[in-house]
Amino acid sequence: MRKVYLDYAATTPVRPEVVSAMAPYWTEKFGNPSSIHTWGREAREVIEQARASIAASLGAEPEEIIFTSSITTSDNLAVAGVINALPQKRGHLVTTQIEHHAILDLFKSLEKQGFEVTYLPVDKNGLVDLEILRQSLRPETILVSIMFANNEVGTIQPIAEIGDLVKEVSEELNREILFHTDAATVMEYLPVKVKELKVDLLSFGPHKFGGPKGVGVLYIKKGVKLAPLTFGGHHEQGLWPGTEPTPLIVGTAAALELAAKERETAVVRVKKLRDRLIAGVLEKIPDTRLTGDEVKRLPNMASFIFKGVEGEAVLLRLDAEGIAASSGSACTSGDLRPSHVLLAMGIPAEEAHGSVRFSLGRETTSEDIDYVLEKLPEIIKILREITPNLCLTEEA
Amino acid sequence: MADLTSLYSKKVLDHFYHPRNVGEMKNPDGVGTVGNPVCGDVMRLFIKVEKKNGEEYVSEAKFQTLGCGAAIATSSMATEMIKGQPLKEAVKLTNKAITEALGGLPKNKIHCSVLAAEAVKKAVADYRRKSSK
Repeated sequence: MRKVYLDYAATTPVRPEVVSAMAPYWTEKFGNPSSIHTWGREAREVIEQARASIAASLGAEPEEIIFTSSITTSDNLAVAGVINALPQKRGHLVTTQIEHHAILDLFKSLEKQGFEVTYLPVDKNGLVDLEILRQSLRPETILVSIMFANNEVGTIQPIAEIGDLVKEVSEELNREILFHTDAATVMEYLPVKVKELKVDLLSFGPHKFGGPKGVGVLYIKKGVKLAPLTFGGHHEQGLWPGTEPTPLIVGTAAALELAAKERETAVVRVKKLRDRLIAGVLEKIPDTRLTGDEVKRLPNMASFIFKGVEGEAVLLRLDAEGIAASSGSACTSGDLRPSHVLLAMGIPAEEAHGSVRFSLGRETTSEDIDYVLEKLPEIIKILREITPNLCLTEEA
Repeated sequence: MADLTSLYSKKVLDHFYHPRNVGEMKNPDGVGTVGNPVCGDVMRLFIKVEKKNGEEYVSEAKFQTLGCGAAIATSSMATEMIKGQPLKEAVKLTNKAITEALGGLPKNKIHCSVLAAEAVKKAVADYRRKSSK
């Protein structure tokens, strides 16, 4: 059976070049980077080379880059680290209703601790309104955290404009409001330069673009004060203590270098395939719509709502045909509510249950798209035949 | 390929991929509709009732379901379990019995079996209401 992986937004295969780059650091050059002997020094050296390479790619300084254990950890350290460094344990925070749970769950926890949180709404395409953002900022606002591009629908926020706005309001208020962005989904396809984006904190991790899992990166602008969440040593400026995972850090730099080098061709290639998938699906399957912004979207993302079917059922049937996709339906989350992202975009719950996300990547081929366009219409047809007629005809 | 049974039992997968008794029944004697599209699950269960030796029994059962793999599998299994059963037995079908017949369900999917058992009860109640008129 043909196997078609269209869940690159969940994770990506590690690229062979990255595997080779990491190879020596498991067995041969295994030293603890904190040790002073040869083994330790050679590990320290490659970690610092990796840090410098990543910093250069982002237009940052090496000391502005720290390594954590995942993108979720980077998000948590960015926001909770700022909070922990505050002299007072109160204030106002701003985020959006469509963040990843790494941010949303953290903000909910901070709310319980007494912080005030504004969850910005988004429009039907998933875009934040800058005027609403401006109005939400006030003298006691500490930090704004807005994701670069959404992981379910692919809508890209105007991060540079948001960065400008936050700086402008900071000047008006004569106090600094920090700006964090979760850039988990964008590193392969969008150029990310921290100074142009005017971000103070930015998190990402390499497993989304051909690198290993188990490592995250956090950019912290010089002068931004963070206090650690965990304790145990001087590692990573004391902000993420623990022996550095040398191979994973080397793999992060290798994956980012490759992604940056190939970005322009990768965007053109994947977008062409993605656009063909979207056009084909909308043409072949009635009562289907695309979610997210048509233009301001990641080039590899195609998310749909199929009326009258449930997402998990679609995923199971796709899986039986060898196709991997993902869904924002309640049944895939263990929760009875469907995707908070789709609900925030004003999509009714009964439709949000029928959401399916296809995310393409480096190894996606034209034949893969043909195969999906051959199998998917039949799958939706079979499931709709099982659906009660009243769900297909009545508007709930 | 990794075995899907880490997610669902073989029986659940069998009933999901090959649902029994699917479709809308023409002139049913009883219909039970449960769930609601906002929650992502809607089940409709149709029955035909006949009498044999003075006892009412389910001569035919069909279903239509909008929902996840477990919702479709539990509906399919419920129709199989009540077909040919005396009505007074069919109405006693529990969600536990459906779950067991399917070789178990993940915890977060137990509610699907509850819906399927409710659909049977509602279909029988609908039949009784109609036949008492």
